[in-house]
Amino acid sequence: MPRIALFISQRLVKAVFVILAIAVFNFFLVHAAPGDPAAVMAGEAGAADAKFVEQLRQQFGLDRPLYEQLGTYMSKVVQADLGYSYRQQRPVFDLLMDRLPVTLSLTLTAFVLALLGGIALGTLAAMRAGTWSDTAITVVGLTAYATPIFWIGLMLILLFSVNLGWLPAFGTESIGAGYTGWDAFLDRARHLVLPVTTLGLFYMAVYTRLTRASILEVRDMDFVKTARAKGLPEWRIVSVHILRNAILPVITVAGFQAGHLIGGSILIETVFALPGIGRLAFEAVLQRDYQVLLGIFLLTSVVVVVFNLLTDLIYSLVDPRIEVAP
Amino acid sequence: MTAATIAPARKGSGFWGAFARNKGAVIGLAFLTLIVLMAAFADVLYPDSPWDMTAMPFQPPLSEDALLGSDTLGRDIAAGIAHGARVSLLIGLTSTAVAVLIGVFLGAVSGFYGGRVDDLVMRFTELFQTIPNFVLAVVLVAIFTPSLTSIVLAIAIVSWPPLARLARGEFMSLRSREFVHAAVTTGQSNMTIIWRQILPNSLSPIIVSASLMVATAILLESSLSFLGLGDPNLMSWGYMVGAARTVIRQAWWMSFFPGIAILLTVLALNLVGEGLNDALNPKLARKGRS
Repeated sequence: MPRIALFISQRLVKAVFVILAIAVFNFFLVHAAPGDPAAVMAGEAGAADAKFVEQLRQQFGLDRPLYEQLGTYMSKVVQADLGYSYRQQRPVFDLLMDRLPVTLSLTLTAFVLALLGGIALGTLAAMRAGTWSDTAITVVGLTAYATPIFWIGLMLILLFSVNLGWLPAFGTESIGAGYTGWDAFLDRARHLVLPVTTLGLFYMAVYTRLTRASILEVRDMDFVKTARAKGLPEWRIVSVHILRNAILPVITVAGFQAGHLIGGSILIETVFALPGIGRLAFEAVLQRDYQVLLGIFLLTSVVVVVFNLLTDLIYSLVDPRIEVAP
Repeated sequence: MTAATIAPARKGSGFWGAFARNKGAVIGLAFLTLIVLMAAFADVLYPDSPWDMTAMPFQPPLSEDALLGSDTLGRDIAAGIAHGARVSLLIGLTSTAVAVLIGVFLGAVSGFYGGRVDDLVMRFTELFQTIPNFVLAVVLVAIFTPSLTSIVLAIAIVSWPPLARLARGEFMSLRSREFVHAAVTTGQSNMTIIWRQILPNSLSPIIVSASLMVATAILLESSLSFLGLGDPNLMSWGYMVGAARTVIRQAWWMSFFPGIAILLTVLALNLVGEGLNDALNPKLARKGRS
C-alpha cells in the first residue's frame, strides 16, 4: 500500500475511535447529570407524575443495567439516532441537519478568509520585521487576540448597522424582500459579512502570529541565501522558497483549530441571530434541552474530526516527506 | 543569527531586568495592577451590591449618579465592572490552577514513566484536544447547572491538555539528565524524584503557559456568562454584555464598557505572559524582536 494511503487509513481508524469515545463520554454525561434522566425527560415533555416517570423509565430502558443501556445508546448513535427533543417535538438529528448549512457556510468562509488574511499579514510582518508595519500588525493582532468575539460582533453591529447603516445586523436574508437569483445570493452574502468578519478576526490574529514566527525561523536559512544569491526576484523567494517551507506549522495548527471556530459560532450566531447549530445550542441552553446539547456536542466533534482528517490530507500533499506515524 | 538573540543585557540581567526590557510587559503589569486594585477595593468604591438599582434606567455615561451610565434596570455599570473584576480574576486564577494540577500531573506521569502509561495518557489527551472545547464547556456548565464550581471545573477540564503536553515534554527530556540518574542511584523514590528533582526544573515554561492560560480562562468565562451560563449570584462582565445585547441600538454603553474591561484584562495578562516568557526562558527569546 502506498505510504499516503496507509497514513490516511491510520487516521481514519483513529477518527472513528475518537467519535466512539465521545459518544461514550456523552452517555455518561447524561447519567452524571443531577437528577434522574427519566424525570428530566418527563419535565421536558411537560408532565411529571410518578406513573409517567416510571413509564418513561421502562420505555427508554433506564431500569436496565448501565452496560446494557450503553449498548443500546451506542447502537442508536451508529444509526444516527441522537434522541428526541420534546421541547421542539422533533428528532434531534433532523434539527441538527436543518441548522448545519448555515453554521458550515459561516465557519468555512471565516476559516478560509482568516487563513488567507493571516498568512498574508504574517508574511508581510515577518519580511519587514522591526519596521512600523510589523509593529502595527503585531499590535492589532494582540488586541484582536484579547477581545471577546461576542463583543466584537456587537461593536461591529453598532458601527456598521446602527450608525452607518451599511450592513444588515440580523438573520440570513431580508425577510419579505422577495429577491431571486443573483440578488438573493448578494443579499445572503451581505448578511454574512459582519458574522464572518467577527469570527474570522480572532483567528486571523492567531494565524498572523503563527505565520510571522514560522517565517522568521525560515527566512535566514541557507537555501534562502542561495536563492537570493542566484538573483531570484524577491516575490519568488518569498512565495516559493520561504512560504512553502514556513507554511506547514501554520496549516497544522490552523487545521486543528478549525474545530474551535464551531465553538465560536455559538457566540456569533447568538449575536447575529443566525439560525445555525450555534443558535440551536443557545436555545437548548436556555431551555435546558440536554438531548439537543449532547447531539450538538457529538456533531461538532464529528465536524472537528473531519477537519483534522482534511488537515492531514493537505499536510501530506504540501509536504511529500510526510512520516507515517507509528 | 539576528542581533536580538545575542543582545547583551542592558538593564541588569536578573529576572526583573529581563522582564522590564519588554516594554509591553511593563505596560501590561501596570494595567493588571490597576485591575487587581479595582477588584480588591470594589466594596469600598461601590459598597452597594452591583445588583441594586441606584439610578434611573438607561442613564447615559457621565450622568450624575452613574459615571459609566446605568443599565436597563438602573444598575450602575461602573459598579458592575468593579465587582465583575473579582469574578473574572477569581475564575481565571482558580480554573487555571485546577488545569495546571490536572495537566502537570498527567504530563509528569506520562513523561516520567513512558511506555504504556505514556501511550494511554497521550491518547486521552488527544481525545480532549479534539473535542471542540467551548462546546464541551457549554455542555458541562449547562448540565451541571451554572455555579462558581461548575464553571471553574468546566474551564479547567477543557484547558489542561496543552499543559499536559508541555509537562510531558519537559519531564521526558529531564528524565535522562545526569542529576536525575544521580537521584535514582541514591535510591530516591519515584515520587521524590518527580516532585523534588524534575518539577522544580521544569517550572518556568509551565508558569509562562499558565499565565497565558489565565487570559484564555477569563475569555472563556466571559463567553459562558454572555450565553447566560454564569453563576446567577455573581455579577460578571460577560453577563453584563449579554444582558445589554438586545438594547444595543438604544444604549451602546451598557455593552461597550464591560467589553473594554474584558479586553484590557486579557490583553494585560497576555503581555505579562510574554514578559514572563522573555524573563524565564531567555534561551527561547523570540527572533525578530527589535
